[in-house]
Amino acid sequence: MQIYLPIAEVSVNAFLLFGLGGIVGLLSGMFGVGGGFLITPLLFFIGVPPVVAVATGANQVVASSVSGVLVHLKRKTVDLRMGTVLMVGGMIGSAAGIWLFNILSRLGQIDLTVQLSYVVFLGIVGTMMLQESLRSLRRARYAVPVRRSQHLWVHKLPLKVKFRTSGLYISVIPPLLVGFGVGVLAAIMGVGGGFIMVPAMIYLLGMPTKVVIGTSLFQIIFVTAFTTFMHALTNQSVDMMLALMLILGGVIGAQVGAQLALKLKAEQLRVLLALLVLSVALKLAFDLLVQPSELFSVAAGSA
Amino acid sequence: MKALLTLLLLLQAGLALAQESVVAGLSQDRIDITANFDGSDLIIYGAVKREAPVPEGALDVIITVEGPSEPERVRRKSRVLGIWINTDVVVIDQAPSFYAVASTGPFSEVVSDTEDLRNSISIPRAIRSVGAPQSVDKAQDFTDALIRLRGAKGFYRMSEGGVRLTDQTLFRTDVDLPANLVEGNYKTRIFLLRDKKVVNLYEKTIFVRKVGLERWLFRLAHQQPALYGLLALAIAAFAGWAASAGFKLLRN
Repeated sequence: MQIYLPIAEVSVNAFLLFGLGGIVGLLSGMFGVGGGFLITPLLFFIGVPPVVAVATGANQVVASSVSGVLVHLKRKTVDLRMGTVLMVGGMIGSAAGIWLFNILSRLGQIDLTVQLSYVVFLGIVGTMMLQESLRSLRRARYAVPVRRSQHLWVHKLPLKVKFRTSGLYISVIPPLLVGFGVGVLAAIMGVGGGFIMVPAMIYLLGMPTKVVIGTSLFQIIFVTAFTTFMHALTNQSVDMMLALMLILGGVIGAQVGAQLALKLKAEQLRVLLALLVLSVALKLAFDLLVQPSELFSVAAGSA
Repeated sequence: MKALLTLLLLLQAGLALAQESVVAGLSQDRIDITANFDGSDLIIYGAVKREAPVPEGALDVIITVEGPSEPERVRRKSRVLGIWINTDVVVIDQAPSFYAVASTGPFSEVVSDTEDLRNSISIPRAIRSVGAPQSVDKAQDFTDALIRLRGAKGFYRMSEGGVRLTDQTLFRTDVDLPANLVEGNYKTRIFLLRDKKVVNLYEKTIFVRKVGLERWLFRLAHQQPALYGLLALAIAAFAGWAASAGFKLLRN
């Protein structure tokens, strides 16, 4: 069944969109990543213009994150206080990111910047996660107690606040900075930023893995909602029809994913997420290094 | 009164010059893009009208359908420090989003180069590219690339022999419009040629429009962007909640 998308001005298969949404929703529920880093390139492949793909991808992430966070709220695995702090940082970061994005667009190298930052960040984050999670898997097997709450410089900053759900008593400055950094990257790369946020929360802030996913989803809702609104306002590039198809698949996928996450161990989840992040990075790096079969490409003059 | 007479005389002179003219019809002169639009078949047919006996020379017909034009940026990648990045860009001033040409025979035997140039009939002629930057060598490669890319997607078509002409009078062709049609006015031109020279031109516009929900969404997005953005977010948030609530019901 073909469906015509009014903003993207292309006609695509409705079931294909539904399936895409479903897969991304599944990942969102399982790993607490919005899935933006997958949905955006996938939309390029089926012929949706990049501007529309980025904006609509953000809109779909809002829906799957809402769906996912509700499941986590019921399970009490969302640190609302930490989420709010991260969100405040994220909003400021996102606004700064959009400003930076416009400057880079004017310089004419935004595509390369986006691709390179994908390769670099996904590569680093994926490798770190894989290393760390494999190590803790091994540790779990030999039943050695895991050392947490190491005293780093992070714990010596002022403005300390108690984050009861996470069991932390730390300064609000590091989470604000993490939120800001992820917000900047999110706006430039057109993603929710969960794949950076999740490891940052675990390794930089020392939050327990159990609350990380729910809290990450919570703040992603607000950052992507802000991004969607800004795109709708400035570029008119949010395709509601496309978003609706992706959302229908996505919200169902997110529910299934959240249930699946209960059945898998946290360390196993992290190995899977690390492998996924690494494979996307490798694919993108491959595209940059191998000579493309078509050297020319066409972009609308208005872009 | 005198002026009117002169005008009438001139008109008659003009008519006498064009001994043959085109009378044509289209299977549809407006195409509605709805939610399940997946392309359309356009039939263009007509006849050659004559006031005098059939003149000497080969008679041919060329039919073109042209979508709305836009400036296009064509980029070329090259290798810098081991990675492939877009280095060169050429802006093509005007390139139609859709262009189909059909003729009664091999293009070079049907129309002369001068007529092609004057009337912008063939695909390369329909694309206007005035100034390529001096820094880019082989600017023609970029136009060729545009034709190749659009051709591969079915947006640019050349069909030599696609027009059937019967008894030097009746002609007909089918134009297959793709699913990814851009909204706008599509110009249809029918050229009547004698000995590779254009003797008559008939023009008609096809209106391609979004209708129904598509049109409403498109207009809302452009006229009330803030409202549209909020609506998109509200739908997303609602869908997220509904799925969560629905699954809870399912499990109980």
